[in-house]
Amino acid sequence: MKSLSDLQRIRDEAKKRVGMREGNQEYRIVVGMATCGIAAGARPVLTTLVEEAAKNNYPVTVTQTGCIGMCTLEPIVEVYGPKGDKTTYVLIDPKKAVEILEEHIGKGKVKTEYTVGSSGVAL
Amino acid sequence: MMERVHVLVCAGTGCTSSQSDVIVEKFRSYVRQFDLQDEVKVIKTGCFGLCQKGPIIAIHPDKTFYCHVLPSDVEEIVVEHLYKGRPVKRLELSDIDEETKEKVFEIEKIRFYAKQMRIALKNCGVINPEDIDEYIAQDGYMALGKALESMKPQEVIDEIKKSGLRGRGGGGFLTGLKWQFAANQPKGQKYVICNADEGDPGAFMDRSILEGDPHSVLEAMAIAGYAIGANHGYVYIRAEYPIAVERLEIAIEQAKNYGLLGKKILGSKFDFDIEIRLGAGAFVCGEETALIASIEGKRGMPMPKPPFPAISGVWGKPTIINNVETFANVPIILLKGADWFASIGTEKSKGTKVFALGGKIVNTGLVEIPMGTTLREVIYEIGGGCPNNKNFKAVQTGGPSGGCLTENDLDTPIDFDNLVALGSMMGSGGMIVLDEDNCIVDVARFYLDFIVDESCGKCTPCRVGTKRLLEMLNDVCEGRGSLQTLHDMEDLAYKIKDTSLCGLGQTAPNPVLSTLRLFRDEYLAHVVKKKCPSGVCKALLTYSIIRDKCRKCSLCAKQCPTGAITGVPGKEPYVIDPSKCIKCGACVTACRFDAVVRV
Repeated sequence: MKSLSDLQRIRDEAKKRVGMREGNQEYRIVVGMATCGIAAGARPVLTTLVEEAAKNNYPVTVTQTGCIGMCTLEPIVEVYGPKGDKTTYVLIDPKKAVEILEEHIGKGKVKTEYTVGSSGVAL
Repeated sequence: MMERVHVLVCAGTGCTSSQSDVIVEKFRSYVRQFDLQDEVKVIKTGCFGLCQKGPIIAIHPDKTFYCHVLPSDVEEIVVEHLYKGRPVKRLELSDIDEETKEKVFEIEKIRFYAKQMRIALKNCGVINPEDIDEYIAQDGYMALGKALESMKPQEVIDEIKKSGLRGRGGGGFLTGLKWQFAANQPKGQKYVICNADEGDPGAFMDRSILEGDPHSVLEAMAIAGYAIGANHGYVYIRAEYPIAVERLEIAIEQAKNYGLLGKKILGSKFDFDIEIRLGAGAFVCGEETALIASIEGKRGMPMPKPPFPAISGVWGKPTIINNVETFANVPIILLKGADWFASIGTEKSKGTKVFALGGKIVNTGLVEIPMGTTLREVIYEIGGGCPNNKNFKAVQTGGPSGGCLTENDLDTPIDFDNLVALGSMMGSGGMIVLDEDNCIVDVARFYLDFIVDESCGKCTPCRVGTKRLLEMLNDVCEGRGSLQTLHDMEDLAYKIKDTSLCGLGQTAPNPVLSTLRLFRDEYLAHVVKKKCPSGVCKALLTYSIIRDKCRKCSLCAKQCPTGAITGVPGKEPYVIDPSKCIKCGACVTACRFDAVVRV
């Protein structure tokens, strides 16, 4: 590299790859990854979230958890906001996951049609 | 593909010795087995500090820390945590919250970490030390870039001066001032040396920094080179640190490939190269002039100062020599500013200090604390106190050049000047805790024995004097000492201090003088009563069996390796023949009725 700006460019790229180790991002996205979640296709949802979040520099930490308890609604994605608010999205696939990132994280608007409340399942 | 989980396994010397390298391999193979290789990255990282609980593994972004991990635990972690998202609770690092008495798992709430402040160790346990990109991601080499782009060499020196950074290798000399001396020399060939010849028994701060974050030291050396007008650097490191040497070699190679070392760094006119010089592990080579002699290929022996290395150092050229930890503080000072650094610590000791906690302490390991933290906080809150509910006796700081501090000193804020005022010193950061079972004379003897081994032999006071002093200590430990011996010891100790050539000899009697002053009663017990109160000095011990307590069970006699115990099972009480007894203590352990006593 020939200049400080070259170094800065490498840094910005490298930061994306290790940023997750710092945690404490604005949003925390948790994907249910128990047997039920995995069987319903949670893994591609999780990897899509990780990829897209890094690509677009969304302020999120993506992690996994065990069974959330509503196995018929898996894959389930929970989004914890900066104020501790929680939104539960159900029956998510990779395409929907991208939309959630764009709308919820990018624009701060809850993607209501995918939430558990709109799923029509009586809880 | 972007990984979603990073598994960071400590690959420092401590954890490697408890098979962390095997654990890394197992992780990689199980990750492949479960087809997670695109999602999970397994990384070797530097020291997390809590060596006592190693091998330590961190899983991010979950911030889960596992401790005491065995290779056989890896499958469970991969299946349960990485695959199914359920942390393996039984292996998680935890602590008991003092107020709620509940188990806590968050790293910030674990007492070992709560009072620490990581500056020199900031990247240890966070990055992969063998990947320069990870260092750069933590703003690595940005300080060098900043210096080259927007600061004059004198401005760099002024910033370091203003920060109040003092040498972490032991002396506590102002780093900025040292740089100034070398910078003031006429232009021409100058050198920057990193002193990684860490030799104090029980100290491993520098090793951990080099193993966990080698680039920070390289970057700082280049900054120092720019500041004083040097274009060549040496890292003098002992060959006994193979992992650190290997990581340094990798780091130098990567920095050269990126053009962060070599010619015209970052497009400036500044050239800087670094070479590694391996030391053979002689303690005296930590002394500046001996270190320089060793780099030049000569026998590692000190020279009288002046001239100081800043005027005439390696190959007779102006040279600055800084310790590893000192260098590790430099990049962040330039990035965050001298004022930020100077806001941490005490009036005359700024920043933090890394200590290697060892000896009779629950949490053995590496801790970094702001200057001004008290010894009590370090030993009890971070270190967890003495194990097995034993009483704290003293803490030894400064290695073979330092001294002991007792219960009375525990509330003293740790800084360079306070420790000297108490008759010890900061040293490079070894902190050995002693409990009631340690004999203070034996401890002094241990350090002096080390010095006798390590004295280079150039000057008589150190070569012969320390040997005579050790013989006197042996006399005390073995029951041949008298009040006169103690008097002679003190007298000789001061003579060695006053007349030795270099720092090694000048400080060698410190452990003896310090313990003589603080624990005179214990020395007196050895020479007057011929007893060792802690029961360590074997020559002063006798074992006997209390006749009335003996149940004639013969257990002690069966355990005795020399057949010194005789009696008749069920009939005659057992007795110990002192002429055959080797004082191993096996009989005390064997007896179930407390009939065997040691006096």
